[in-house]
Amino acid sequence: MIKTIISEGLPVDEQLLIRKKVIQNGTGPKRICIVTGTHGDELEGQFVCYELTRRLNENLRFLDGTVEVYPALNPLGVDSVTRGIPTFDLDMNRIFPGDKYGHLIEHTAYEIIQDLRGADMVIDIHASNIFLREMPQARINVQMSKKLIPYANLLNIDFIWIHDAATVLESTLAHSLNIIKTPTIVVEMGIGMRITRDYGNRLVDGILNMMRKMKMWSGPISKEISKPMLSTTGDVCFINADVSGIIIPSVSHSVDVKKGDLLCQIVDPFEGVILQNILSPVDGVVFTLRTYPVVYEGSLIARIFSKSACIEDL
Amino acid sequence: MKQEILFQMKSPYRDDFKIQGFRFGEGEKSVAIVGAMRGDEIQQQFTCSQVVKNLIELENEGKILPGHEILVIPSANHFSMNINKRFWAMDNTDINRMFPGYDKGETTQRIAAALFDEVRGFKYGIQLASFYMPGEFIPHVRMMDTGFQNVKLAKKFGLPYVLIRKPKPYDTAVLNYNWQVFDTQAFSIYSGDTDTINKESAKIAWFSILRFLNSMKIIDNKIHDGFNSCVLSDNELETIKSDQAGILYNLRGAKDEVKQGDLLAKILDPFTGAVRSEIYSPVDGTIFFAHDKPLIHQNTLMYKIVKF
Ligand SMILES: [Zn+2]
Repeated sequence: MIKTIISEGLPVDEQLLIRKKVIQNGTGPKRICIVTGTHGDELEGQFVCYELTRRLNENLRFLDGTVEVYPALNPLGVDSVTRGIPTFDLDMNRIFPGDKYGHLIEHTAYEIIQDLRGADMVIDIHASNIFLREMPQARINVQMSKKLIPYANLLNIDFIWIHDAATVLESTLAHSLNIIKTPTIVVEMGIGMRITRDYGNRLVDGILNMMRKMKMWSGPISKEISKPMLSTTGDVCFINADVSGIIIPSVSHSVDVKKGDLLCQIVDPFEGVILQNILSPVDGVVFTLRTYPVVYEGSLIARIFSKSACIEDL
Repeated sequence: MKQEILFQMKSPYRDDFKIQGFRFGEGEKSVAIVGAMRGDEIQQQFTCSQVVKNLIELENEGKILPGHEILVIPSANHFSMNINKRFWAMDNTDINRMFPGYDKGETTQRIAAALFDEVRGFKYGIQLASFYMPGEFIPHVRMMDTGFQNVKLAKKFGLPYVLIRKPKPYDTAVLNYNWQVFDTQAFSIYSGDTDTINKESAKIAWFSILRFLNSMKIIDNKIHDGFNSCVLSDNELETIKSDQAGILYNLRGAKDEVKQGDLLAKILDPFTGAVRSEIYSPVDGTIFFAHDKPLIHQNTLMYKIVKF
């Protein structure tokens, strides 16, 4: 069943529609929600929604409870290759929890929260941006980590990144839900504007694995659920470009690197010269890697998770 | 006046990106003024350029009082302005969501850090700001209720209104908030427009800045007193939202005085021209904000009215 949670008029002959698919079976009271498409250029979650719905449709008898799938919280953005909310130029993940009496966008945010409120778990799937490729990972606010890590461990991802509380992040969907005691995990994986089928399949395996532990799913699950690294057992090193130019990658994503390994080069195509050799400052695994070639000073090139401390932090 | 390059960065193929500062006088760091931080803030940039023009004239006449330094930064984002983008040309991030900045971080964090490094430590900070919704305002000074704000000073601008509003989570990353945290009295000036130049309202804004500088004894430039500002908080404004979507036909705009029951606008069916909705004023008052784009969504902010 497809339910419409928002329908508001656009100027010419169109409604802004936000919809969810409700898949229900048995008498179990548990409800999980899969949400994505907050950022209109992040599409990895599209495959997850399709594949999860397909598998549930084909094996409905194993489901005991409710799965709700929200493939596009920002439908105007997804359908127009726009990251933010078109016409308002707003990042939709900075307007929560919204306002019941606010204008269109604030009110929409409020209704989304009301609709998700009370779920036993919400998985909010993001796909980085068009610049960076991300290893499948969960991002969890340190204040929620005790409660959420056991669930994130089930999701068949590679990394759990526990981040500090930042006031700016209080206006995200995940934070707004977590503070009203609706547990929400942000999954970041892949890259903007693309679908990485392998990552999508892995996350669907992970969601079913989690549902099994939540006693919502008695069907088959993957035997190979990966055990994620936890960021608090090491250090996350950020590597930014020192100069503007074009990057030529030397390593691939998700690989182990040694301190001093060449990650990429920033080059000047006019002169045919290398402007900067970017070397790994540590031994570790490259969990974020820039793929978009044009960089300015400061552009993020890579993030490496290391068991040892990052040099800059010393 | 000393014109300085405060920040410079190479671009792969475009000309270098520079932030230019115009420094007047010497002595105590008295006031820093920041113009456009978004590419569509053309009115803000224009207003700031007029402030620079006036200060050059005043300096030539010896009317910048000794012991004061004034720094004006008309533009911190012309890389976006020159190509009709609102946010940072490369990654679409908003410089005014990056303060206090981080000099080892992403590009816009570095720009914010460089800018903040230049403008922090001044006694007063003035930003020519814009609103995220399209529309026209009554000229006003806006302050955040951080506990550090000084309303008395805000009234020295002589603008019709001083608006105090509660900060939201994202505000912790804007310039105004960070100024206040680092002991600068910070004011945001809203002159009415953003992506078009309205000379009348720009003039009100640059006069208000000169009036403030005069009244703080930073310059000697007597101009008329301006308004005895009315101090408001955001929740005292009467808000009117659209009950329909369609073509917006505005009858009344910002600055207009209205009576309860006055017809303010009509929303028309975009196919037949039939009137879908008539918007009436619920109160006697002055229109503080008016949506001014020709198309309107349902349930969108149309007017904010100050009640008499
Ligand atoms: Zn995202």
